[in-house]
Amino acid sequence: MADQELFAQQAMEFMPALYSAALRMTRNPSDAEDLVQETYLKAFRSFGGFEQGTNLRAWLYRILTNTFINSYRSKKRRPTETELDEGEDLHLYRRLGGLEAVLASRSAEDELMDWFTDVEVKNALEALPENFRIPVLLADVEGFSYKEIAEMLDIPIGTVMSRLHRGRKSLQKQLYEFALSRGLTGRDTQPVLEDLEPSSTQPGSNLP
Amino acid sequence: MPDIHDHTHAPRVDCEQALAEIYTYLDGELTDEKRTLIAGHLEGCNPCIEVYDFEAELRVVISTRARNEAVPETLRMRIAEKLTLFVRGEIPDVEASSDAGADPSADFGADFGAGADPRIGQPPASDA
Repeated sequence: MADQELFAQQAMEFMPALYSAALRMTRNPSDAEDLVQETYLKAFRSFGGFEQGTNLRAWLYRILTNTFINSYRSKKRRPTETELDEGEDLHLYRRLGGLEAVLASRSAEDELMDWFTDVEVKNALEALPENFRIPVLLADVEGFSYKEIAEMLDIPIGTVMSRLHRGRKSLQKQLYEFALSRGLTGRDTQPVLEDLEPSSTQPGSNLP
Repeated sequence: MPDIHDHTHAPRVDCEQALAEIYTYLDGELTDEKRTLIAGHLEGCNPCIEVYDFEAELRVVISTRARNEAVPETLRMRIAEKLTLFVRGEIPDVEASSDAGADPSADFGADFGAGADPRIGQPPASDA
């Protein structure tokens, strides 16, 4: 059964990525392990429906997402978690965008990489309500297209876009809170984009 | 009436319009026409290219930081076991692992292939 062997080999390569995504979805290592195992079982059982040469990664993530939504979501014990802590557009850039220029010792990417730890980025993602967390995870961490995400979640592309928009603002707000708590910036950092978007200017902000 | 300094006579977008589309641009999801407009604006606008760079870098940080989990050895072994059966042509049963199958409303263990969206085997659209 060379087909099965090839399929299995290819599918196994995605285990670390699938496990990382499962952890972000379930926020619990034990559930994440079960979710990944179920994903592989379902993939093996339905591999006849997979067309060689098409996108195996998207296919596996689709099974992962479906399994999570159909099974693990119903176990949620947090009925109030639909609240989204809304941020504003370009939430982080408005507050941190100027700092890299001030520090200027290394590239901006190194600075940003240093600003947030693994744990902070994971916590910020996991703090998002599920409706927003899954699209942000699939787009920003996994790099799937709007269309792929719409198909995985069975929602319209417009809904994917609006959830990404709001979810990203909230994610940035959470990251900014981490930056503040670690003393990376002051509470009263002024937005740096006032000139680009006049509506964001606070009345009286020019007063001495 | 086209701007006489605009040699291409192409339509223009301002900063506000460019920034409103910055994520869709970063996601590679704009139409060719809009992508060209935004790229044209970014090329000549330092404040906006700084925003773009910041957001692009942040995206790298997020994806790098959030996907480096080590797979537990127990999970690797559990799946390898099923895989051996699968390669032998014995499709493993979906077992009631943990309490996930306890909820009768959950469609757990149902034949995924039969209920799956028919588009599942299709290649994703290229947005290149």
